Amino acid sequence: MRPFIQFESVSKAFGSLTVVNALDLAIKKGEFVSLLGPSGSGKTTILMMLAGFERPTQGAIYLDGKRIDHLPPYRRQMGVVFQNYALFPHMTVAENVAFPLQMQRVPRAEITRRVERALDMVKLEQLKDRRPSQLSGGQQQRIALTRALVFEPSVILMDEPLGALDKQLREHMQLEIRELHKRLGLTIVFVTHDQSEALTMSDRIAVFNAGRIEQIDNPQVIYDTPRTRFVAEFIGETNLIEAKIASIDNRIARLSLGAGLSAHAHAADGLSAGQTASFSLRPERIRLGMAPEGSNALDMTITDCIYHGDHMRVQLTRDDFSLVARCERLAGNWTVGAPVVASFDPSDCTVLAQ
Amino acid sequence: MFRALQTTFGIAVVIFLLMPIFAILPLAFTSSVFLNYPIPAYSMRWMHELTTAEVWRTSIVNSLIIGGGATVLATVLGTLASLGMRKGALPMVGLLRTVFLLPMVVPAVVLGVGMQIFLVRIGLASTYLGVIVAHAVLCIPFVIVSVSAALQGIDPSIERAASSLGARPVTVFRRVTLPLALPGVVSGAIFAFATSLDEVVLTLFVAGPNQRTLARQMFSSIRENINPTVAAAALLLIVGTLCLGGLGALLRWRQGRKTAAAVA
Repeated sequence: MRPFIQFESVSKAFGSLTVVNALDLAIKKGEFVSLLGPSGSGKTTILMMLAGFERPTQGAIYLDGKRIDHLPPYRRQMGVVFQNYALFPHMTVAENVAFPLQMQRVPRAEITRRVERALDMVKLEQLKDRRPSQLSGGQQQRIALTRALVFEPSVILMDEPLGALDKQLREHMQLEIRELHKRLGLTIVFVTHDQSEALTMSDRIAVFNAGRIEQIDNPQVIYDTPRTRFVAEFIGETNLIEAKIASIDNRIARLSLGAGLSAHAHAADGLSAGQTASFSLRPERIRLGMAPEGSNALDMTITDCIYHGDHMRVQLTRDDFSLVARCERLAGNWTVGAPVVASFDPSDCTVLAQ
Repeated sequence: MFRALQTTFGIAVVIFLLMPIFAILPLAFTSSVFLNYPIPAYSMRWMHELTTAEVWRTSIVNSLIIGGGATVLATVLGTLASLGMRKGALPMVGLLRTVFLLPMVVPAVVLGVGMQIFLVRIGLASTYLGVIVAHAVLCIPFVIVSVSAALQGIDPSIERAASSLGARPVTVFRRVTLPLALPGVVSGAIFAFATSLDEVVLTLFVAGPNQRTLARQMFSSIRENINPTVAAAALLLIVGTLCLGGLGALLRWRQGRKTAAAVA
């Protein structure tokens, strides 16, 4: 049996420019999958192909076992939420939400009832006679979402829906969408270039680069064990350091980091001893001042210390080797210029191919 | 200093442009049989003449028939052309657009000669339909310019949204595209009607004696027996055009406000 949504070696080219390259992607029913990547990585094109606005140059797309890549958008039953909301400016809020139901020839009385219930769900029933231009960005966003949900589509597609909102509202809407996803058991494909948005909302994240999936997994795996240098750099913040692999034993590599320092780290696939690789270490995984048994311990000097309110950023240096550590507060009486032991567990850092 | 010069020059140009219009208007109410100042006494004599004399009355009716027909034809065809040229699906859209807009710059005399020969060939010379078609050719560019601008203002994702919500292409057009482009279509139609109303040169070539329009009648009455009825007719045309222009401006203003609101 096929997965609920399946891309089967789908490629899309605009002229000589290949935007999506032999993509295989399977999405389960009820899953929240984020397509994450920089602009131009092909993620929006994939969404547009799923919605039916673009046709694959090659390959096939299946929904619920049926091939859909030749179907026009109006026969796909997908609710699409656009970045700029795309509300109908000449219709009221209630007319906007009623539109998909009218298209399905739902009886008038039932339309009224369902529109009311849907607006009630997002707590905007008092705005039903307003025009979209009279609403704030967050309200427009909610109406766009309601309009995409009201006809009970099999999939909800969102194209950077929160991009135009300010930070606070964005975080609020993230929670609201997550809540709706859980409560209604929706299948959501969510395109974003904001990694923190993808991390907080998704069941799984597909990280795109240049038309290909670099890694697809749940947020924790993506964050903790990035498989490529691109993923490590794109998701969260990381110390990315060129290192030489001295030996590999049972997926643990011994590295020489430079300045006479060495460390053990979790090794990605396809690496061998003697190779030059990238060593990735998250700033918050570095401990200062203590080195538990079995952890890597580096003797460093504090060269800078920046206060960020809820945390501190500490710059550590030894000759030409340097690291950034993030800690909640600076314990003890370390000051700039003081020597310190920086430690981290081998499982908290990764060696990646360059 | 420079600013004052600018203002003076601007006012001078406006006066130069408007003087002929203001000079002719009071003569519509003269009691004299001559078209000149000073006006001996004011009377409604020539307004009365305009609305009762057979030649003037039929010419007004003809103007309305031909103007109305040309407007409908030009608006429908111009809107369709704008829609077709909008989606980048057609090859050589730029060339096509230039061809459609050509009647704006081609001398009306050239167009008139060509039209006359063509209409005789297909048996439409000196018919209402012939004049309507000829006028529509002149009107279409105005509709295309106006409707294209309105279509350009529509966010394509709004139409995509409608499509993804289950609307077939015809429904998308009827429920979304057309209502949003309507101000542009209406203002195009207004331009078209105004263009047809004051078209003389083309009418001289293609219209027979039965399709004499108001503008054409004014033109010949100036040459044949000049009297203040011409001034009365001019007043009628100016008032009519001002009303249409005002309506157009109102629509543009409302559209501008809507766009501004959508952006904000």
